[in-house]
Amino acid sequence: MGKVIVVTSGKGGVGKTTSTAALGAALAQRNEKVAVVDFDVGLRNLDLVMGAERRVVYDLVNVINGDAKLPQALIRDKRLDTLFLLPASQTRDKDALTEEGVERVIGELKKYFDWVICDSPAGIEKGATLAMRHADVAVVVTNPEVSSVRDSDRIIGMLDSKTLKAENGERMEKHLLLTRYDSNRAERGDMLKVDDVLEILSIPLLGIIPESMDVLKASNLGAPVTLSDARSAPSQAYFEAARRLAGEVVPVTVPGEKRGIFGKLFGRKAA
Amino acid sequence: MTKVLTDARSIRIKGRSFLAVVLSPDLPLDQWLERLDDLAARSAGFFLDRPVVLDVSDLPIKKAELKQLIDDLAERNVRIMGVEGARPSMLGPGMPPAMKGGKPASDVEVTAREPDAESEAEAEVAAQAPQRQEAPQVRAIPQSLVIDEPVRSGQSIIFPEGDITIVGSVASGAEVIAGGSIHIYGTLRGRAMAGSIGNTNARIFCRRLEAELIAIDGIYKMAEDMDSSLRGHAVQLSLEGDTIMADILF
Ligand SMILES: Nc1ncnc2c1ncn2[C@@H]1O[C@H](COP(=O)(O)OP(=O)(O)OP(=O)(O)O)[C@@H](O)[C@H]1O
Ligand SMILES: [Mg+2]
Repeated sequence: MGKVIVVTSGKGGVGKTTSTAALGAALAQRNEKVAVVDFDVGLRNLDLVMGAERRVVYDLVNVINGDAKLPQALIRDKRLDTLFLLPASQTRDKDALTEEGVERVIGELKKYFDWVICDSPAGIEKGATLAMRHADVAVVVTNPEVSSVRDSDRIIGMLDSKTLKAENGERMEKHLLLTRYDSNRAERGDMLKVDDVLEILSIPLLGIIPESMDVLKASNLGAPVTLSDARSAPSQAYFEAARRLAGEVVPVTVPGEKRGIFGKLFGRKAA
Repeated sequence: MTKVLTDARSIRIKGRSFLAVVLSPDLPLDQWLERLDDLAARSAGFFLDRPVVLDVSDLPIKKAELKQLIDDLAERNVRIMGVEGARPSMLGPGMPPAMKGGKPASDVEVTAREPDAESEAEAEVAAQAPQRQEAPQVRAIPQSLVIDEPVRSGQSIIFPEGDITIVGSVASGAEVIAGGSIHIYGTLRGRAMAGSIGNTNARIFCRRLEAELIAIDGIYKMAEDMDSSLRGHAVQLSLEGDTIMADILF
């Protein structure tokens, strides 16, 4: 059975879709079978970032409604044959998702894939709660600024109460992915420090992704950054994050700082 | 237009919990109302002076049906003070407010009133009354609630019965409300309200003060009213008269 990951944040525009694609492509390059699922019904983006927008025939809502079978809706990546996309519908809204439908689709995906990565819409409404509902692991995407951190805190509270895992009395595994980290702004002190974000959210750190033009370039090319430019700084950070997701112990470095902060970050016991 | 405040006293806002009778109807509603009529016939006036909350948590009814039910109950002199377990969209204007966070108490016995038994019972109460006053005062055991994880933004922890201890931080946008004192082994960034049901001895303790609002016994202070030298410190807050006092701990 594969692992179901939800990539979520509360706040919009922090890098969920970028991270879903980048982590998905990074895991698929380890020869593991990956499905990335767009839950942002009505505002789909993942197809663009994956460069598959012209190949969408059926989508998640079609599969939920029984208009199409799962294999008909899954789009295999042209560059990586272990990577698949289940697109969202652009013409419907989040009410088209049903709890039973989502459960059935996720259950089926888990059978065929090692990783099922769900790109959550922003907000705390139905779309976001359904995206997290069946997850085993959550990747909480946060930018180093107060509003993003507070929204992430709110989402963590929901992960601990509104998910199936939480309702069964189990603990949802949560990881913090700090994105759009700008070392120049950090130096000037007009961004929250990594330590402060970790102290507020108190969940383990999956990685720090630097702010970089390479991300924009990749999405304009229609490729996950970890595919289009594997050597770039954000790609390296995503590859490391993917290894940590897979259970490897890899020290975290703060972009722009030479010294590792492994001891410091992992010395802290997080909830 | 600006109003000049001539009275500098702060307004006290207190919380108070009351014991209410909870009615949980089941379907079909007409049959349930029949049974209610039967009960009312056997113990007249039971609902008259009692606050009644309607619990519709597991009841699949629509807004119009809920409104009808409330009207049907009003006809029977059962006035509903609040509705528990209804979706916000079900409670329009003119309907009782939503209630949540109720804590179970023991079941209320509805006893049949027979004229003779009633007067007898009254006589008994009268006879016991003086004795009761002499009975020794038993102090209730202070209750406490311990939370082992951080309180996240948007969550509220409410415990009118006593003290709350949080082993972790209280996030910005989160709130902790205790009838007694509040102990936070972490950073307080959100709100903490101690002595919420009237307790001037309640205190707030935190390992690090970054609070948005603190209150004791209804007297409150916003972040901007707090002495900035307290920020970031381990602090104890208590009430002296109508003023919140703060001490830096160690
Ligand atoms: N590390 C980065 N460096 C520079 N730009 C980035 C980075 N990560 C994301 N962006 C840019 O930020 C914007 C928002 O990213 P993305 O669409 O992934 O966010 P999102 O959280 O999915 O948004 P939404 O909530 O609208 O779904 C995009 O233009 C993306 O290219
Ligand atoms: Mg997105």
